[in-house]
Amino acid sequence: MTEPSSLTILLGGLAFGTAAGFLLLLNGRIAGFSGIFRGVILYGGRDDTWKAFFLAGAIAAGGVASRVFPGAVPGHYDASLGLLVVAGLLVGIGTRLGNGCTSGHGVCGIGRLSKRSFVATLVFVGSGIVTVAAANAFGGTQ
Amino acid sequence: MATSLVAAHVTDPRMVLGFLDVFGQWNPAIAYFMVGSIASFSVVYRLVRPREVAVLGDEICVPSSSAIDARMVGGAAVFGVGWGLTGLCPGPAIASIATGGVSILAFVAAMAAAMLIVQPTFTRRAARSAT
Repeated sequence: MTEPSSLTILLGGLAFGTAAGFLLLLNGRIAGFSGIFRGVILYGGRDDTWKAFFLAGAIAAGGVASRVFPGAVPGHYDASLGLLVVAGLLVGIGTRLGNGCTSGHGVCGIGRLSKRSFVATLVFVGSGIVTVAAANAFGGTQ
Repeated sequence: MATSLVAAHVTDPRMVLGFLDVFGQWNPAIAYFMVGSIASFSVVYRLVRPREVAVLGDEICVPSSSAIDARMVGGAAVFGVGWGLTGLCPGPAIASIATGGVSILAFVAAMAAAMLIVQPTFTRRAARSAT
């Protein structure tokens, strides 16, 4: 793994937050990936057209960027397919019930000083930390 | 947005798992991404706050719910477990769809299936869910 410099990561974060801010400033919408993805999956709502464009743009941009920044998207994932499916189910259920993920709650919610998003972020980071610690203790996922 | 996730290697699960491995070999790198993105979003948000409508004329849709209930907290906890198992959350997974191969497709398909299943069963009782 060739890890980018701290400065590159900070600049990436600044770009991400700025882009999310402009989606709200220009279009009046929150850039929450789980909500956008769900809108496209359950297509039919009033807001789902822009969500489809956003999703298509994210997939295309991610594809191009992974060629520009080799190694960022791994060629091989350590997790087995079974584990990936279980994790995907938990992420789908959890973000649906919790109304958001790392982008909607973690970046936009905290950036808006939403108490609800603070709590959600503390909870999912906390349960993520516990999960990784448990996986390490039981010699699990990696 | 997807470009910045890839450029900062947030799409690499090992970076994310390292960030969550606080009690093991902690790698704080992802914290720089979170700090940078929250900071820049807050700055732009200051321009949004006083506005009645967005620059392009649409209404500004910001979640109005402030309810911190068992459903929300439980959901966040479940999400964290899924995130901690593989180091993948929705944004980076979506940014990796084009090049992440069958691993990412399996994760994203499972995420989609879960969202389809959870929708009718649980949301009817929810008061007003903001996305």
